[in-house]
Amino acid sequence: MSETEVTREGQHGIRPGSQAVSGGSADRRWGRRRRGEQPVVPRAEFTSYYGQPVINAPVWRSPDIPGYLFLGGLAGASSLLGAGAQLTGRPSLARTAKAGAFGAGCLSMAALLHDLGRPARFLHMLRVFKVSSPMNVGSWLLGAYVPATGVAAASALTGRVLRLGAAATAGAALLGPAVAAYTGVLISDTAVPAWHDGYPEMPFVFAGSAATAAAGLGLLAAPPRENAPARNLGLFGACLELAGSHRMTQRIGMVAEPYHCGRAGMYMKAGEALTVLGMAGALAARRGRAVGALSGAALLAASAATRWGVFHAGLASAGDPRYTVAPQRERLRRRLPATAAEAPR
Amino acid sequence: MDAHSTYGPETKERVGFFTDTSVCIGCKACEVACKEWNHVPEDGLNLTGMSYDNTVGLGADTWRHVAFIEQPAGGHPPRTPHSDGDVRWLMSSDVCKHCTHAACLDVCPTGSLFRTEFGTVVVQEDICNGCGYCIPACPYGVIDQREGDGRAWKCTLCYDRIGTGLEPACAKACPTDSIQFGPLDELRERAAGRLSQLHEAGVAEARLYGEDPGDGVGGDGAFFLLLDEPEIYGLPPDPVVTTRDLPAMWRRAGIAAAALAAGAIAAFAAARGR
Repeated sequence: MSETEVTREGQHGIRPGSQAVSGGSADRRWGRRRRGEQPVVPRAEFTSYYGQPVINAPVWRSPDIPGYLFLGGLAGASSLLGAGAQLTGRPSLARTAKAGAFGAGCLSMAALLHDLGRPARFLHMLRVFKVSSPMNVGSWLLGAYVPATGVAAASALTGRVLRLGAAATAGAALLGPAVAAYTGVLISDTAVPAWHDGYPEMPFVFAGSAATAAAGLGLLAAPPRENAPARNLGLFGACLELAGSHRMTQRIGMVAEPYHCGRAGMYMKAGEALTVLGMAGALAARRGRAVGALSGAALLAASAATRWGVFHAGLASAGDPRYTVAPQRERLRRRLPATAAEAPR
Repeated sequence: MDAHSTYGPETKERVGFFTDTSVCIGCKACEVACKEWNHVPEDGLNLTGMSYDNTVGLGADTWRHVAFIEQPAGGHPPRTPHSDGDVRWLMSSDVCKHCTHAACLDVCPTGSLFRTEFGTVVVQEDICNGCGYCIPACPYGVIDQREGDGRAWKCTLCYDRIGTGLEPACAKACPTDSIQFGPLDELRERAAGRLSQLHEAGVAEARLYGEDPGDGVGGDGAFFLLLDEPEIYGLPPDPVVTTRDLPAMWRRAGIAAAALAAGAIAAFAAARGR
């Protein structure tokens, strides 16, 4: 290497080592996909490096992050329920929903903070504003939203500062849907196959799950005579969530496998079953407090199960190189139908 | 426009790595030099059974990773590496790709990850709060969280060395010039020349990986010459920066949020009088 002069501009001089021809004609047998030996059907086998994942799996932990997704949704949709209840003269439902929104909002912030590798640096989230980072956008969103829910809840529970409370209720109701839906972008904006590929439906699944959760809280804690809107919202949320996740898993092909098997599959199935049970119970027992409350608890659990299911499906898809490599191979094959299987490209 | 041209007059020529795996001898001098120069901590001394690879993959504490692939000849089951003739041994030193469109940098909520005046991507460790978003965002599985530290770490392309005119530690230590450092344009030319040299010599399976500015990440600042499909080396065959779809994601989220608000209004409208 003494001939090689190395500077930041690169290397100059003779580089005998790097000119070495590896293999060469003796190794021609290794060019295994040459013309004339093309199989008619593209290779179905899947190759990887000792089965190691291609991408690094999220270091996000359970219950922090799935809990964050669940609580953010519960809060956001509860703010809508709280504002509607106030406008239509349902004070108990309004108090329940507003207190729920504040509590869930605080807990979701705490979950996010707890998951940080350096929690003391949480406020670094707010040193920039970056639309290319959903987590940054979410931090700003929560920074405005959670205080608004706090004022709204305090006003509703104490009966004081009613005008400020109404303004905060309106603000929280405006920001609530964004808080509920943005988490779908948060997880989709990654290289995790089961999350990224599901990006068109993910915000709908999460918005639906949010509505289900808020309806569940309303049914659980507010008196039946004020609960008709919560039942309706639950029905809407259940339909949106089930239709969204069905469409997503149908569309994304083999990448949907993690949603159907293992721990994620268990959570997703539990979510679906609890959603159906909870809605059936809520619709059947319109006046029964006990059955209504039980149905509400089922809907809350359904929403949480869906979030945990989506979370674990992502982890499972990140851990198996098949879900990263096979769709990319397929994409290449479609883009270059004549030459994709041929080396060199 | 190059992302780093925002530096104005301070913009430097974009630099990177060309890793020519056809001359890699698997000595791991790059791994060692990187660890020593960058004070990357020890992260376990284990035997993995993956040929001579005991570092498994890139991560917070492995910024250069040499992959070893033993391929059997003519359908024989793989034998020991010493039974010559029967095994083709591929070696490749993997590293952060310093993507033109870097997902880790895009999704970083604190601005800790930034684009340097050399066009490389670097983590500012005094800013990183360990949110972990960059880790699943990277399509190559490069960056990771350091245990006991909480922050995200990866190759800096020796930002401290290149600023003073030195080449990165791994390239400096590489005894076969498998790792070549320099201005990206020059490296691309050199790689094209090397590729045609190999093709003329009958190594038909040689191909470049990550050199194309038209690929899903806008081309890699650190690209490779490989002797087999990328996934054999643990590399994604067609990586795409996740934020390419982000405008569509925000639109979908906007519609979903509006649908939720509309659903809530409808829920109250349908409940009137009840």
